[in-house]
Amino acid sequence: MREIFVLTEHRRGQIRDVTFEMLTKGRELAEETNTELTAVLLGKDVKEYAKTLSEYANRVLVVEDTKLENFNSEAYQKVLANLINERKPLLTMMGHTSYGVELAPSLATALNLPLATDCIDLTFENETFFVTRQMYGGKVNVRAVVRKSESYIATVRPATFQPQKPESMNGEITEIASPLTEEITEKRFIEYVLPPPGGVDITAADVLVGIGRGIKDEKNLPMMEELAKALGGVLACSRPIIDKGWLPSDRQVGTSGKTVKPKLYIAVGISGAFQHVLGMKNSDLIIAINKDPNAPIFSFADYGVVDDLFKIVPQLKEKIYELKGQKA
Amino acid sequence: MDVIVCVKHVPETAEAEIKIDSSGKSIEKAGLVFDINEWDDYALEEAVRIKEKFGGTVTAITVGSEEAESTLRKCLARGADQAIRVDGKAFEGSDGYATAKILHRAIKDMHFDIILTGMQAGDDGYAVVGPVLAEMLGIPHATMIKKIELGEGVAKVNRELEGGLEEKVEVKLPALFTVQTGINEPRYVSIMGIRKAMKKEIKVLGLADIGLTENDVGEAGSWIKIEKLFIPPVEKQAEFIKGSPEEVAAKIAEIIKAKGLV
Ligand SMILES: Cc1cc2nc3c(=O)[nH]c(=O)nc-3n(C[C@H](O)[C@H](O)[C@H](O)COP(=O)(O)OP(=O)(O)OC[C@H]3O[C@@H](n4cnc5c(N)ncnc54)[C@H](O)[C@@H]3O)c2cc1C
Ligand SMILES: Nc1ncnc2c1ncn2[C@@H]1O[C@H](COP(=O)(O)O)[C@@H](O)[C@H]1O
Repeated sequence: MREIFVLTEHRRGQIRDVTFEMLTKGRELAEETNTELTAVLLGKDVKEYAKTLSEYANRVLVVEDTKLENFNSEAYQKVLANLINERKPLLTMMGHTSYGVELAPSLATALNLPLATDCIDLTFENETFFVTRQMYGGKVNVRAVVRKSESYIATVRPATFQPQKPESMNGEITEIASPLTEEITEKRFIEYVLPPPGGVDITAADVLVGIGRGIKDEKNLPMMEELAKALGGVLACSRPIIDKGWLPSDRQVGTSGKTVKPKLYIAVGISGAFQHVLGMKNSDLIIAINKDPNAPIFSFADYGVVDDLFKIVPQLKEKIYELKGQKA
Repeated sequence: MDVIVCVKHVPETAEAEIKIDSSGKSIEKAGLVFDINEWDDYALEEAVRIKEKFGGTVTAITVGSEEAESTLRKCLARGADQAIRVDGKAFEGSDGYATAKILHRAIKDMHFDIILTGMQAGDDGYAVVGPVLAEMLGIPHATMIKKIELGEGVAKVNRELEGGLEEKVEVKLPALFTVQTGINEPRYVSIMGIRKAMKKEIKVLGLADIGLTENDVGEAGSWIKIEKLFIPPVEKQAEFIKGSPEEVAAKIAEIIKAKGLV
């Protein structure tokens, strides 16, 4: 029977969530297309993961090699190209993550297979492969049809599918000898670089004022700082604020920053790109201030204000102090 | 070090109202402001810094129509030595894969030590052009780069992983790197730079010049074809607070108070 491959993503001793999300979506696709779900696991000393994965898939293919100890797209590409050539899966899924972004496009090119990236939905209809993805920072969705092929590759946006463990799955675990006979020469993993130890722990704060590119200029930071202070909270931010060096990197909320869950998150001048939203959408209360009524942030906020933040923020600070019976 | 930077001319949409056009496959471009893709801005700056430190040249290249020349001029003004624009009617509908094919043909006979692209384009967000181009050229690549240290025949680069983590990787040169935002601080363009850039010639290449046929590019040569665009369905919508700034502020303050947060 034909298969759907899901590439297991793991790092520093842990299987990453996106794997289980893809296994859940993959199972649905396997049922639809009458194929079997196969988790592909590459690494060194990873057999214990295989047991966990077997609870989600019909089969786990394990390739162990010291050269696969840390993710390396050169090594991964060689192994996966072999597996795909031999087993001709209908579809190979991997995360639209740092690893998937590095690996999928060159793998697809080498194998001459069509690739769809950053998919938020995938379906087979009448043997045609359709995907849904986003454009313009999430303001527009696209339904696209993938060029007809015997085998497809797709990268899947993290946190899109809710992981669900099937009731009774006990996939067989198959070990496959590593095809990596030669040295990996073009790319070498050296080390992980941890973020510098931070001053302020935004994950511990009850109140966060999240500021984004909408604040326009570094000179407007004090105004935002004052609002945060009035609320007894701290400033957090979207990525552009870090990229511009206006705040230290430990203040960044989102996929490449921190995940926060404060009692109150006020998003000020933040559009609501998914990379940001993933880091704050589980906050207890979310209030968004943005002059664009169509900003995606409003689908995640409890309350929204469509107005110029420079008009609202100073007023809000005043009102908070009034309520507290203090002078600003 | 000879560096080639791939740049895309894209509409700024974060603050704009977006309308889907009558074809249903594209957005209405009229009224939108176009500029260099955010990621490419960082890539160009990195290229110029490499040139300043190690010598060599910077070539900016784009696949795009005549309007894209303003982005190339910006690259020239910021320190690129030459600019190339590849254009063709048949290119319309090209996805990242077809675009990479076009870039490959335009670049393959040029001398380079490093190719830089953005990690992704802000409009289509494929994040594929760089690695596909590298594979076609037969050179290694590394994506989402936050730091580049050049050595003898190799580069040590920091790749961004999730959650603030990075990994340091050594890559043999020549190589292609896709640049992530925040790698540097792009400089402002000087008036003198702009003046000099206006005088420079932009080389234009067409389909025949790069030895491709219509079937290689556009929708025919792509991995994926856009069927339709639609505004994302909203599952939940915020409750909008209306009124004068003062009224709005008072209402928010009440909501916050009701939650026991002040
Ligand atoms: C691999 C990768 C990882 C990423 N990781 C993260 C991450 O961890 N965190 C993160 O935040 N981003 C991340 N990003 C970037 C993300 O895709 C967005 O680009 C970013 O979140 C946008 O930030 P923003 O909302 O501040 O800016 P923009 O999208 O530019 O939005 C600015 C908003 O301000 C509003 N505005 C402007 N002026 C005013 C005004 N006067 N009053 C009111 N509103 C105003 C505008 O309407 C607009 O909605 C990542 C991207 C990639 C590719
Ligand atoms: N039309 C184009 N011309 C030149 N470079 C491009 C073009 N499209 C994409 N690129 C490059 O490829 C990167 C990634 O784009 P994409 O794969 O479309 O997300 C961009 O940041 C550019 O550096």
